[in-house]
Amino acid sequence: MGASNYEKFKSDGTLAGNVLEWVDARFPLTANWKAHLSEYYAPKNFNFWYFFGSLALLVLVLQIVTGIFLVMHFKPDASLNSAGVPVAFASVEYIMRDVPWGWLIRYMHSTGASAFFIVVYLHMFRGMLYGSYRKPRELIWIFGVMIYLALMAEAFMGYLLPWGQMSYWGAQVILSLFSAIPLVGNDLATWIRGDYVIGDATLNRMFSFHVIAVPLVLLGLVAAHILALHEVGSNNPDGVEIKKKKDERGIPLDGIPFHPYYTVKDIVGVVVFLMAFSIIVFFMPEFGGYFLEYNNFIPADPLKTPPHIAPVWYFTPFYSILRANTVNFFWIDAKLWGVIFMGLGVMVFFLLPWLDRSPVKSIRYRGPLFKGALVAFVISFFILGYLGILPPTPGRTLVSQICTIIYFAFFLLMPIYTALDKCKPEPERVTQ
Amino acid sequence: MKKLLLTLLFAPLLAFASGPELHLDKAPDKSRDYAALQNGAKLFINYCLNCHGASYMRYNRLNDIGLSDQQIKDNLLFTAEKVGEPMKIAMQRDDAKIWFGAAPPDLTVIARARASEFGSGADWLYTYLRTFYRDDARPSGWNNVVFENVGMPHILWELQGEQVMGPDHKLQLAKPGLMKPEEYDNAVADLVAYLQYMGEPKAEFRKQLGVIVLIGLALIFVFAYALKREYWKDIH
Amino acid sequence: MSCDEKVDCGRRRLVVATAAAGGVAGVAVAVPFLASLAPSERAKSAGAPVEVDISKLAPGQMMTVEWRGKPVWIIHRTKEMIDGLRKTDDKVADPKSDRPMQPDYAKNENRSIKPEILVAIGICTHLGCSPTDKFKTGAESGIDAEWTGGFLCPCHGSTFDLAGRVYKSKPAPDNLEVPPHAYLSESRLIIGEDKKGA
Repeated sequence: MGASNYEKFKSDGTLAGNVLEWVDARFPLTANWKAHLSEYYAPKNFNFWYFFGSLALLVLVLQIVTGIFLVMHFKPDASLNSAGVPVAFASVEYIMRDVPWGWLIRYMHSTGASAFFIVVYLHMFRGMLYGSYRKPRELIWIFGVMIYLALMAEAFMGYLLPWGQMSYWGAQVILSLFSAIPLVGNDLATWIRGDYVIGDATLNRMFSFHVIAVPLVLLGLVAAHILALHEVGSNNPDGVEIKKKKDERGIPLDGIPFHPYYTVKDIVGVVVFLMAFSIIVFFMPEFGGYFLEYNNFIPADPLKTPPHIAPVWYFTPFYSILRANTVNFFWIDAKLWGVIFMGLGVMVFFLLPWLDRSPVKSIRYRGPLFKGALVAFVISFFILGYLGILPPTPGRTLVSQICTIIYFAFFLLMPIYTALDKCKPEPERVTQ
Repeated sequence: MKKLLLTLLFAPLLAFASGPELHLDKAPDKSRDYAALQNGAKLFINYCLNCHGASYMRYNRLNDIGLSDQQIKDNLLFTAEKVGEPMKIAMQRDDAKIWFGAAPPDLTVIARARASEFGSGADWLYTYLRTFYRDDARPSGWNNVVFENVGMPHILWELQGEQVMGPDHKLQLAKPGLMKPEEYDNAVADLVAYLQYMGEPKAEFRKQLGVIVLIGLALIFVFAYALKREYWKDIH
Repeated sequence: MSCDEKVDCGRRRLVVATAAAGGVAGVAVAVPFLASLAPSERAKSAGAPVEVDISKLAPGQMMTVEWRGKPVWIIHRTKEMIDGLRKTDDKVADPKSDRPMQPDYAKNENRSIKPEILVAIGICTHLGCSPTDKFKTGAESGIDAEWTGGFLCPCHGSTFDLAGRVYKSKPAPDNLEVPPHAYLSESRLIIGEDKKGA
């Protein structure tokens, strides 16, 4: 949908009309409005699962705005103040107490971080349910996985900034992963930290990446994600291409303009989301220690690791995969295998468009093999997430090893079971 | 097949529950009892602030719990000159490190830091401050049930008296203190209520505002949902 | 699908109502963000009123204290200095202090509560430099032969007399500001706070 296909706006003689005509002659304003909103035709059968894309965009804006205000008061400084508290930690409490409304802005940002992952996980799951990664949407999916990766980096670095015990030791563990790389690992880890331990240098570079570098990448990827989507058009719960059946004007028969129909629908979704978000921000900002971990109210102490450290909930499935690797095989030790599998656990999502051999896209028309595999995958993902919060025991490690195998089997066996599956025929048009 | 998977996966999970249990007494909720909070503030400033700072807590924040600037100045302002200043520690940090081996931690957010799956931070503190017992094996002469081998001596011992660990692993009051056990529990509850308040002074306001925000969002929901219904009449 | 032509009143009303509700919510959200830019509790604490002991301030002497990060001058004027103010009445731009550069209790011929003690913020009303004191009188001052003591701003040459009144035809538009202040006792001054009836 090239923007040049649209006619320029003609003024109706009013002042607003004249201004718009002047602008439109110099900038593709109405053309973009039409291409992406009022004449972007989306399938009319979107269901509940289709709220999470726009919600992810909302949370991104929320995080950027609250972040801008937090940066005005936060100090990325690991040195101790006169009360013996790291300046960075004290500046977070300064925001929570001394800055007018600072507590609200900070809670919105900390809750927003978790909300981002909830929304993005549901958004990704939607893609898996309805085969939204399948041809011709592979690139949308790839941009999406890249957004997910950038988001993980952003969240990890943001979590370091308050310089509490979990910030410090979490970063210690994650950055030590790099030392598992053969030959250059230790030097690489030192280079990333900028010091022999996590220190002021680390805090400052993480701050820089968190507030400017990664957000810029995120914004670019989000733009690419949406542009790619609007190039090929949205998938839908039936997984059928609405562009195959068009009316005489070239408008898909099952398509409706995104604006106003999906804007008004998404507003309802936004309000419901904001209600859930507000319940957390105002009544349970720590969310039982999952959104703000209790140990992070203790300033970073490089000499004392808390008895039990766990990453924030959104990383725990991958943390479990990391810990599940306890045996050395071939010439590689367990530590490196853990890191490799954890990395593969995320990267394998990139391959999804090419692993799926099913003739249909949507779960509605798939056979029992895929449905069973998806259920097993989701259950193992949840169990891995749950185990990642708990300290390891031999029994738990065994379960996490089983779940890790299921996790990877879901992807690697996909070409086989999707090809063998007994699918139902897809309908010609979307169903209601 | 789903069922099989479910049983297969959840059965071992149930088999190994959590690790060691920590039994905490429930701290009474006094978050809206200004008299208790003020008493807690007094106890905190008299007993805790000698060795622990509360360096993010300004004295005039006590306005929230019904104390005027003049009352703060007359009765509580021991470690600062102006009511707008934070609650600084009375002793030198370096001295503290020598005396106790480690500098006593800042207590501003201790009630938030001590929360765990076993109970709130207030529960932990309420139990901790009531379960000191005599232990001659420790350099300070004191030990604690929830914080084993704690470095801090029992600072409130004059009030509580001296407890000893009985052979049945239950604490017994060996020497009574200035307060009866119920009085002491009550005083500790006040102190803990204050510590909890100090951890997040805005907590009560936050909850009140939350109710208003949710009512506002509910109103917007009514409009937004009606609008969506109206537009979607077009779609067949 | 073109619904624009058949926009009915009900739909328009709902759009307006939702937009209005959303607008109110938007403003409500903006308030905390804008309010967060106001001085914090720390800034307010640092800007709290300052108490000063002036018992050691001899006649003819000046002391400077900091209040809200600004220099506040306290000058113990001698009899000659106060008399000198009568000579400058017709040379200064606002001799009667009509412009609101002082609290009402300092709106008098000496711009002070007690005639001999002047309290003023030592920031030039032109562009914010801090003037230097020129207490020597006459030609010795290096300013002019009729100088009765006062202040000279090093940045753009504005001159002020010993009541902080700006001389005519100088860049500075107004007299030096007199901050709110009050006497807690004979020799204790509080700066930054009025005492009603003081």
